[in-house]
Amino acid sequence: MKPAFHEIDPAPVRVAVRFDGQELLLPEGANLAASLLAAGIVSLRDTPVSGAPRAPFCMMGTCFDCLVQIDGVTRQACMTEVAEGMEITRPTREAADD
Amino acid sequence: MIDLAIIGAGPAGMAAAAEAAGRGLSVCVLDEQARPGGQIYRDVDRAAGTLGAILGPDYAHGATLSGALRDSAARHVTGAVVWAIETDDAGFTVNYTRDGASAQIRAGRILLATGALERPMPLPGWTLPGVMTAGAAQILLKQSGIVADRAVLVGSGPLLYLIAAQMVRAGTPPLALVETPARGDFAGALRHLGGALRGWRYLMKGAGLLAAIRRAGVPRYRAATEIYIEGMDRATAVRFRAGGQDHRIGCDTVLLHQGVVPNTQAARSIGVPHLWDDQQRCFSPVVDTWGGTAVPGVFLAGDGAGIGGAKLAEVAGRITALAIAAEAGWITPAERDRDAAPLMAARRAEGAVRPFLDAAYPPAAAPIADDTIVCRCEEVTAGAIRGYAKLGCTGPNQAKAFGRAGMGPCQGRYCGLTVTALLAEATGQTEDETGYYRIRPPLKPVTLAELAAMDAPHKDAAE
Repeated sequence: MKPAFHEIDPAPVRVAVRFDGQELLLPEGANLAASLLAAGIVSLRDTPVSGAPRAPFCMMGTCFDCLVQIDGVTRQACMTEVAEGMEITRPTREAADD
Repeated sequence: MIDLAIIGAGPAGMAAAAEAAGRGLSVCVLDEQARPGGQIYRDVDRAAGTLGAILGPDYAHGATLSGALRDSAARHVTGAVVWAIETDDAGFTVNYTRDGASAQIRAGRILLATGALERPMPLPGWTLPGVMTAGAAQILLKQSGIVADRAVLVGSGPLLYLIAAQMVRAGTPPLALVETPARGDFAGALRHLGGALRGWRYLMKGAGLLAAIRRAGVPRYRAATEIYIEGMDRATAVRFRAGGQDHRIGCDTVLLHQGVVPNTQAARSIGVPHLWDDQQRCFSPVVDTWGGTAVPGVFLAGDGAGIGGAKLAEVAGRITALAIAAEAGWITPAERDRDAAPLMAARRAEGAVRPFLDAAYPPAAAPIADDTIVCRCEEVTAGAIRGYAKLGCTGPNQAKAFGRAGMGPCQGRYCGLTVTALLAEATGQTEDETGYYRIRPPLKPVTLAELAAMDAPHKDAAE
């Protein structure tokens, strides 16, 4: 499905990261949550309470809906910059409830 | 020990840092983002060319503040997430994490310039992927140059017009603008405008934005009610009633906005008193003319001290910096008063438009349906909160014990005002009687690994 967002001026320098096993080429140093949205990723995690899907909501580090695990550490995607080789996964239930 | 720690590098924090450093104080600004600007001027130093043209001159003004901060002697610690502020006889210890390690700074005085949050707008479906705040859409545009292709804007307030006009300039107009204010709100608000020249400037800017939106052919629905966001795994449409008809607009993205409210977490955590502001429909910290609070050594400036917008925040930051400089003995009270006089006048002029904006663009008046989630983190519904009230729950802190509302990772930032409103309505108490969540550190989640990697204050100071 076509991404819901697009980059006005696509960044020329892109690096490979993996999200949930899928390889993505994202702009190096860009905001991770924004880059995942532009790459067509719809949801980043499921809630620990009901298992409902969630995606970036506030983009300013306050809502915590964009929690992901990066190389095993739970982090807010909207407060993280894209770096080459990032291994990004949906957080486990326990990690998202920290 | 430095003279002043400023939390937040938005307009208030940047302006205050440059002013205070210019008066001789040793200043450190801590901010969560990688670059200065706060949310309103997010990444302003990098937005040139096409993006600068889309975002417009009011945004570009932020570069004068980031430039002044850079040129000042103030130290700016980027990527610093403040999670606790401790008070002792000698001053304050600010605990923060940065790059996976915790660190501290000691300061004689604290200026909280923590800005605003989007007012929560609980609607059926607002937790679905694809639903974001309008502010989030602005941040995507400012920081990442990213726009939503098929978006519907829903809510109330001038920011909706601004983001819609910017999307038009970006070549991707929103599919529709769905506005909640009743038809009488705008006309009724005009009486607040009086003769304030600034107010008319804002009106003209608003009219200009609306004209651009109209020219782009964006349909505008007024006085919308019964708003639902449809979708299973993601938002697929917005349904609502307007003009006596039912409407349904298919979309990929829904952008919600009904104004912004002060981000009070840090101020509450160190005991700054807050009171309900009926005009702005939110709690605001109690501050004096200079941004001083009931807690000695703690000052507030900008939207975190009461919503006034970016220009007012900038002026307030400078006023408070002068007050701090005088209190710390770097300038005399006479110098403070002399230099603050023109700033006070500018603040009065800038603030003249607020009563109009608050009256013209109130939050949606419709009651929240029982099955709508209000606490996004713990997925607590409005009906559950009303149920707690029936069982004798009178305030938000009790509501935590009843059903975990406000206890998830956002720590009540996106449900606190809703929970207070629901309980106040159910019990017949005022908002002040109902109260708000007690905010305790850590203000943001901090891991044991980050604590274990704590930098000692002296080491940090030598960085």
